[in-house]
Amino acid sequence: MTQLQLDPAQIDRARDSARRIARQVFDEMSQFTTTTVERATLRLLGIDGVDENAIPLPNRVVSHLQERELLPYGAATILAGAMREQALSAQQVAEAVSQGTLTLSRPRDESAARQAAETQARAMCQRIATQRAQRAELVKNLGEGRTPWLYLIVATGNIHEDVVQARAAAEQGADIIAVIRSTGQSLLDYVPYGATTEGFGGTYATQENFRLMRAALDEVGAKVKRYIRLTNYCSGLCMPEIAAMGAMERLDMMLNDSMYGIIFRDINMKRTFIDQFFSRMVNAYAGIIINTGEDNYLTTADAYEAAHTVLASQLINEQFAALSGLKPEQMGLGHAFEINPELENGFLWELAHAQLVRQVFPDASLKYMPPTKHMTGNIFKGQVQDTLFNIVSTVTQQNIHLLGMMTEAIHTPFIQDRFLAIQNAKYVFGTMKDLHAEIEFKRGGKIEQRAQAVLAQTETMLAQIETMGLPSAIGKGLFAEISRTPTGGKGLDGVIQKATDYYNPFPHLMLPTGARHA
Amino acid sequence: MLDTQSPEQWVKPYGDTLGDGRVQLSFTLPVALDETSKEGAKRLAAMMGLEEPAVVHCEDMGQGFSFYVVYGQCKHQVDLASLSVVKPEFEVMEKDAINALIAEKMGRRMVVIGACIETDAHTVGIDAIMNMKGFNGHKGLESYHEIRAINLGAQVDSEDLVARAIEEKADVILVSQVVTQKNIHLDNLTKLSDLLEAEGLRDKVILVVGGPRISHELAKELGYDAGFGTKSYAEDVASFAIHEWINRKAA
Repeated sequence: MTQLQLDPAQIDRARDSARRIARQVFDEMSQFTTTTVERATLRLLGIDGVDENAIPLPNRVVSHLQERELLPYGAATILAGAMREQALSAQQVAEAVSQGTLTLSRPRDESAARQAAETQARAMCQRIATQRAQRAELVKNLGEGRTPWLYLIVATGNIHEDVVQARAAAEQGADIIAVIRSTGQSLLDYVPYGATTEGFGGTYATQENFRLMRAALDEVGAKVKRYIRLTNYCSGLCMPEIAAMGAMERLDMMLNDSMYGIIFRDINMKRTFIDQFFSRMVNAYAGIIINTGEDNYLTTADAYEAAHTVLASQLINEQFAALSGLKPEQMGLGHAFEINPELENGFLWELAHAQLVRQVFPDASLKYMPPTKHMTGNIFKGQVQDTLFNIVSTVTQQNIHLLGMMTEAIHTPFIQDRFLAIQNAKYVFGTMKDLHAEIEFKRGGKIEQRAQAVLAQTETMLAQIETMGLPSAIGKGLFAEISRTPTGGKGLDGVIQKATDYYNPFPHLMLPTGARHA
Repeated sequence: MLDTQSPEQWVKPYGDTLGDGRVQLSFTLPVALDETSKEGAKRLAAMMGLEEPAVVHCEDMGQGFSFYVVYGQCKHQVDLASLSVVKPEFEVMEKDAINALIAEKMGRRMVVIGACIETDAHTVGIDAIMNMKGFNGHKGLESYHEIRAINLGAQVDSEDLVARAIEEKADVILVSQVVTQKNIHLDNLTKLSDLLEAEGLRDKVILVVGGPRISHELAKELGYDAGFGTKSYAEDVASFAIHEWINRKAA
């Protein structure tokens, strides 16, 4: 489709503001680590499993280090030192600590311990690189769906039931399966362990559940001759650990936003900024596409009035992502079709917003979310709303298309809700396949003017945020009309000031040379 | 007794002729599509009380599932005159009238504390009722100058909610429950009302629940003062609250 006329200099100015905003936060946060960053590091160094009370061993070891005031040095060297000195594996060290038979202390030979930690970390990087290569191989051999990729959610609470539904969805045409997490997992300060069959509104994210679903999707992918991507939630109080688990088990996408937890889960700001950096670094290295959560702003704020907050947030998310080494195609920047159906010309504004985002991020894997806020129990109208959403998605060439469910306002989807949603999207994407190349926007028309106005508002908003700093902007409720403070929210007690000789082997190994900072 | 009853009012679904009973339904069967499964779908519809059921559409969904759209004629009918429906009895007023009534009767601001309790992370409902902006052009409780509205947001423990209610001297506790999978909302709501009972607070606060699957009847069963489902707005909740407050004062 002929592009909207937008001022490239204006886009550059907005992006430069966002870069400085993200950089300032990053610099302020680099003096801290968190309990979950250290637990993720331990997981990546080979610690897994739980104690007799079902407490994960990474939590036990990190608590032990905290009690002994050793966490500021980083868990990696202390673990590696103990492995060397005691001739134990990482797992054996963790078991001994949890049984109370081993007390950890700083290594006798710091540089040898660092070297051992790095060797151990390299082995994990190799494992993750192998998974990444296998994904590339499978995509090459099997092929993959044409974009917009159809993204479907399963959420039964039982991983074995999820597997059945996911396989059915893939056979029906889904390209991406997302396993929704049990409600409340984002606020757990540990990751549950093993295969789980009890969850509410979703299924617990555990490494074993990841593995089970990965195996099922590989199998059905081979059958339908299409690589099926797996998505989970790298958010909440355990972002870095979920990233580590997903990297090991070859997840393909992760919901991973730099601000979502702060705004919508009242997780402490510092905690989130530190955790998102580490988790995104792991995701980047694992070749995972992150999905950001700007669509959520529009469930609390008005989709028309707050359109510029979505674009501003996407630009900030893009810059945070770049600091973690994510490439543009790994950035699934989120937005949504949430304008009130009663608003006259609402469809035009949806087109304007979606096309604007497409042009500002030409190489990103944009994630487009269906209507939710204005969905009702009238499923017949709901099917029409979803159809209009499907049209905007294909006409503006979005990449990741979360399928709208006509029963959105009623329940977690039934199997036939997904089936009908896939049929709808395939119909629209097929019958309108090349429409985008055949039509053009009227110069100076309503759609173009609307996109220009949103871009201008975005530039102004980012300039304001840059002046006050991102924490103050969030404090003023600039996103989603929800206000959060730097010292409020959950998880601040897990933020730890790094010692001057803090060490973690992974940034050095995982960040591309150009993006390496500390 | 008989002569005090209102005249009977029997109804059944209407397609295009009064009394035809025409209904549509759709469902999935956990078996692959074949002639037997189609017949099974038809029989099921008959057992649901549909005469002359017709499978107008069916499709195999893969992985051993099949989808059916069925039409039939409902043989049942219902006498509306014999039903009694529980609903909160109060007059819904405009925002200005509510503010005036609170000022007149209470002589201070009414304190309303709201939250999505326990595991529920969905604030859409509580935000629609409480936040300044409200929903669908109906301003939220924060915009009422005679109401002090405190929205605690998502995933608030019942204990924390009760503690905060005591601290703020809340007149009204407003909880939202959106997630109802495996009836978790019933557990959550019962927990809160038990806790209020245990703290001796139950009679001191007006306890209201809202959510898409919440009815007034269900709310009463769970020991709440009122329940609000979809299409409820801030003025509905506020009108109920002030009427309930006045009634209790008078009692």
